[in-house]
Amino acid sequence: MTYSINEEGFYGAFGGAFIPEMLYPNVETLRRNYLDIIQSDSFQEEYQYLLKQYVGRPTPLYFAKRLSSEFDAKIYLKREDLCHTGAHKVNNTIGQILIAQKLGKKRIIAETGAGQHGVATATVCALMGLECIVYMGAVDIERQAPNVARMKMLGAEVRPATSGSQTLKDATNEAIRDWIANPANTHYIIGSVVGPHPYPDMVARLQAIISEEIRWQLKEQTGKETPDMVVACVGGGSNAAGAFYHFLEEESTRLIAVEAAGLGVDTNESAATSVLGSKGIIHGSRTLLMQDEDGQIIEPYSISAGLDYPGIGPLHAHLIESKRAEAISITDKEALDAAFHLSRVEGIIPALETAHAFAALHKMKFNSGDSIVINLSGRGDKDLGTYQKFMK
Amino acid sequence: MSRLKELFARKPKDILNIYFTAGFPELADTSRIILALDHAGADLLEIGMPYSDPMADGETIQRSGTRALQNGMKLKVLFEQLENIRERSNIPIVLMGYFNQVIQYGEEAFFAACKRVGVDGLILPDLPLEVYAREYQHLYEKYNVESTFLLSPHSDEERIRRVDELSTGFVYMVADASITGGANNISEEQIQYFQRIEKMNLNTPRLIGFGISDHAAFSSACNNAHGAIIGSAFIRQLEKDASDQGIQDFVMAIRGEKVES
Repeated sequence: MTYSINEEGFYGAFGGAFIPEMLYPNVETLRRNYLDIIQSDSFQEEYQYLLKQYVGRPTPLYFAKRLSSEFDAKIYLKREDLCHTGAHKVNNTIGQILIAQKLGKKRIIAETGAGQHGVATATVCALMGLECIVYMGAVDIERQAPNVARMKMLGAEVRPATSGSQTLKDATNEAIRDWIANPANTHYIIGSVVGPHPYPDMVARLQAIISEEIRWQLKEQTGKETPDMVVACVGGGSNAAGAFYHFLEEESTRLIAVEAAGLGVDTNESAATSVLGSKGIIHGSRTLLMQDEDGQIIEPYSISAGLDYPGIGPLHAHLIESKRAEAISITDKEALDAAFHLSRVEGIIPALETAHAFAALHKMKFNSGDSIVINLSGRGDKDLGTYQKFMK
Repeated sequence: MSRLKELFARKPKDILNIYFTAGFPELADTSRIILALDHAGADLLEIGMPYSDPMADGETIQRSGTRALQNGMKLKVLFEQLENIRERSNIPIVLMGYFNQVIQYGEEAFFAACKRVGVDGLILPDLPLEVYAREYQHLYEKYNVESTFLLSPHSDEERIRRVDELSTGFVYMVADASITGGANNISEEQIQYFQRIEKMNLNTPRLIGFGISDHAAFSSACNNAHGAIIGSAFIRQLEKDASDQGIQDFVMAIRGEKVES
């Protein structure tokens, strides 16, 4: 079993590029060039420099002592929350802005749900002096006001997506339309391991720095080559792809993908795609998605704006279907409890998305003393408004 | 000979292809609008299968699709509405929608339903040429459904040849590299693109679509291809006045014929 992408952009049955002809020239140019660019010395030099001096990498791998004794395991936290802008998203935007520059693009567009990817994109556009337009669902603009203000302060234009349900998937549709209308000068920075090939693979490679660091940090700290488990939350799945990447072929390391159950997988208010989804096409990729019997895409629900995407990246669909990864769903309430708990026992306020990964500790089966790496993908500042509502 | 092939054989120029969304403005309007457009003198109809995430369509068409879905439009309903259409009209009909809809309906069942009700062709903008050739061409052929693929001003020569080779109904030339419902005027640059394609002597008839909204744009497109496709402008007409008379007047205005007041 291989977990890498094939020549045509598929992970097993999932992936591909199901796009209209108007997007084909741009996506094809990207497909032909992304590997050469990423593997070039000049790209690597700039990318590594910015990750170190601008983003603040390597992020620590922190042994969470109190949490570990509570669960009778060795729990390590990969501190992506300490990245500049507060989450792992910036690893990808730094890489893609460098790729866009090498392709001669002058204008950057992006979609965002919770606003973390929008902020990370606005940040790198400011850094490089490029025009930045971020599409965001009108509903999300309302509920994520601080991130909207950040993007504006960084010089980005935030355009509301007013079609459909006015959330992440609609923002993605609007960004795609913008790219169709502006094919020559524009690069579309997709924020997750979703969309047409080569995006899932490109974003996974740019996030792979997470697991690359986990490997040597774990070795340095414990002498172990690999952990017993790696745990990450999955919306589209970029932080999970990054955390899993260098362990994909290490079958002794269990990979745990944690999805948002919303109010529960048996309610109509959920985002647990691996449970509720079926095979189909969303945003140019053949993957698992939530849809009705007519193929209409169903709007998902989660308290966390970063996890309420109706699909998952094709890599994750393949990992789950081939049983390489185990999927666990966590409700809003379980995630909130985990966020408050982590804050109290380790002094770290996680993003709501990330809190889902911590809640999974209660649902996973593992042996006493197992080493477990949890990807702490983002910090909770942006979610304080929500947390305040639930403080007792 | 299929209705589409027969049309292009009989009428090599000034083909007017009108797009509208099934189940819009009211669920039961589909067959009435087909008959009204046929009566008004449209040559070819493209019926949109409304979709939740229509990434190749603009705002106007998405709005009509959202309304149609709220009205209760489903593929099953659409095929029911088209069930007896061939007793009443012989106008060529192509369906336009997204690949996921066909997959979820069941590919073979979908093509069989097209054949049963008399659908002549299919446009799936997000079905890649390679996937079509490898997995679906045989279904199109088995059920006599003609294929149509899109060209954009940025398609290179190899791609244009491939689109021509795999399209059996007509080639859909996207007028500008924007989504449907964009600018009205046909620019010099666009005309150069139309002419560049014309000189390539494609085997398949060419229709120009996207941004064609009035008589001037229609004529300009017809000078450089076999005809043109009008979508968003017709949806806006239906929003304003969906009566048979309104439809008649719209078609006459596009043709440049005088509308009686």
